[in-house]
Amino acid sequence: MTNQTPAPVGGSGSAAVTDMLTVRGIKKTFGRVNALREASMSLPRGQVTAIVGDNGAGKSTLVKCIVGVHAPDEGEVLLDGERVHFTNPQQARDAGIETVFQDLALVEDLTVAENLFLGREPTRGAGPLRLLNRRRMRSEALDMVSALAINVPRVNARVRRLSGGQRQAVSLARAAGFSSKLIVLDEPTAALGVQETARVEELILDLKQRGVTILLISHNFEQVLRLSDQVQVMRAGRTVAQRRTSATDGQELVGLVTGAIIDPATAEAEVADAHEEETLA
Amino acid sequence: MTTTSAESTGAPTPERSRRLQLSEVSWPELASTIGLVVMAIVFAVLNPGYLSEGNVSAMLQASAILIVLTIGQTFVIATGGIDLSVASTMTLGAVVLGEFYAAGWNLWAAALAGFVAAAVVGVVNGLLISKGGITDFIVTLGTLSAASGLALIVADGQKNTIVEPVLIRMSVDGIWVFSWSVLIALALAVVAHVVLFHSRFGLHVLAIGGSEESSRAVGIRTWKVKTGVYLISGALAGVGALLLIARVGASEPAANTSFLLNSVAAVVLGGVSLFGGRATIVGPVVGALLLTALVNGLTRVGLSEFYQPLTVGIVVVLAAFITRYQK
Ligand SMILES: Nc1ncnc2c1ncn2[C@@H]1O[C@H](COP(=O)(O)OP(=O)(O)O)[C@@H](O)[C@H]1O
Ligand SMILES: [Mg+2]
Repeated sequence: MTNQTPAPVGGSGSAAVTDMLTVRGIKKTFGRVNALREASMSLPRGQVTAIVGDNGAGKSTLVKCIVGVHAPDEGEVLLDGERVHFTNPQQARDAGIETVFQDLALVEDLTVAENLFLGREPTRGAGPLRLLNRRRMRSEALDMVSALAINVPRVNARVRRLSGGQRQAVSLARAAGFSSKLIVLDEPTAALGVQETARVEELILDLKQRGVTILLISHNFEQVLRLSDQVQVMRAGRTVAQRRTSATDGQELVGLVTGAIIDPATAEAEVADAHEEETLA
Repeated sequence: MTTTSAESTGAPTPERSRRLQLSEVSWPELASTIGLVVMAIVFAVLNPGYLSEGNVSAMLQASAILIVLTIGQTFVIATGGIDLSVASTMTLGAVVLGEFYAAGWNLWAAALAGFVAAAVVGVVNGLLISKGGITDFIVTLGTLSAASGLALIVADGQKNTIVEPVLIRMSVDGIWVFSWSVLIALALAVVAHVVLFHSRFGLHVLAIGGSEESSRAVGIRTWKVKTGVYLISGALAGVGALLLIARVGASEPAANTSFLLNSVAAVVLGGVSLFGGRATIVGPVVGALLLTALVNGLTRVGLSEFYQPLTVGIVVVLAAFITRYQK
């Protein structure tokens, strides 16, 4: 596989855990829609951080602001302690962030192998006569895909003909197949059956084992509690609470997501939001 | 077609994967070839001279320009765009060539100037669409008008006669039924096929046609690729300009509208989706041959010239309908 070097795992416990990614004060509006009012969070290196929140809470928008799909209106992103400013997803990929987007799926009319290598295709030959190395694409694609799916799709099959689970397997294989520091998964199991979900969860743990930092967006609280080390709650465009997974439970998370429980740290801002909504109405 | 082929598990053996690929043969893409063969048989029965060596050679010769323009149109349509300016761009290229030639330039230097002029129109199209964010339809409709207008201005409404033995030989000499013009067109088709299916650029063209958003999300610089396809279309219109002059023996600021319509028609006949994402080069090239052979056949069986555009229109709509029905 292409440069599949496991990222170094920070010596367990001894060294201070530094953060792989920090976002501060990210804001994003689409016309009059205030998609992100204020998002701040940190992803500890080598850990799984989950984001939970209702539909429309701004989770996908936050992800897109981090990886260069959207330019945030305000705020900053630090990768590995350094301020980064991605203006397109290629830069994020080059910096070691791979993303499985919720709604930006695969290209249906291309084959599995083509999708896996899209944007970083291996070539042979030199100069203007460089041609795709389709043989290498196929053989490496087979390795990448068979490493994780139950029902291995043919690498020459067009994605249009795959099942939902197979498609997600391909998306995940693409994210996992290239050496990366951080993998962002936006609701990776939302469309999957029980068996396929279990396989994806295994993969996430497997990636964590290899030292990759993971940002997982999920609606499934049990899954979040099973997989994550830390949970970030979002509500109405804000990051409203952060908990260590070991120190919380499903009930508290539900309360934080719905607003039944208000974290004292963000109470003030939320009251202001509510006020703003009222005056707008 | 079997629906189970995509579900297979494990590593397929070579023979097995070849057999499975056969099941994925796309009928819309084959339709133009089947149509061409059927049509050739029908016309050959109606008119015994239709498939004579002389007539086949004439039909091929007549299709050379359309093939070249169709290749460019295919790249554009594969990204989900359209180039309405191809024919005017070719006219502009021809007129620029003619003016430089009349000013005493060597033929090849003048041809290069015409080629560059056409390529520049392509780049302008591409940048206005990809960077300017204006709809392809509007941009190329604008350059359709602008390029023919420029051609009129540059030529001052006049034609330049160009008599060069080498140009005459391009249409007359060649190999067997293929004149040099046809061989140039077919060579360009081969190169285009390699570019579309064996280069990163070609893969990105198809990816953008399939989903521009997803392509951008994996880091493809979509604006470069889109500018590239319009550049290809413009540059090929520049090659078409030289072939046009070889055929007509003069450069003139004529509209050449039928070339635009027929280039889009050939792409449709070739089974290429107008929404982009799926394309071949062979299909549209066969589509261009089919259109030319159709017009030639209609003439030979004595149908009035007036009926030809109508017949071509019916065939194209029928082809589009079959393509849709197949899906
Ligand atoms: N490209 C966009 N244009 C306009 N509004 C958007 C866009 N993307 C997201 N939104 C809006 O922003 C809000 C947050 O959306 P999103 O980030 O997708 O939420 P989540 O992923 O948490 O369900 C929603 O109200 C959504 O309609
Ligand atoms: Mg979402």
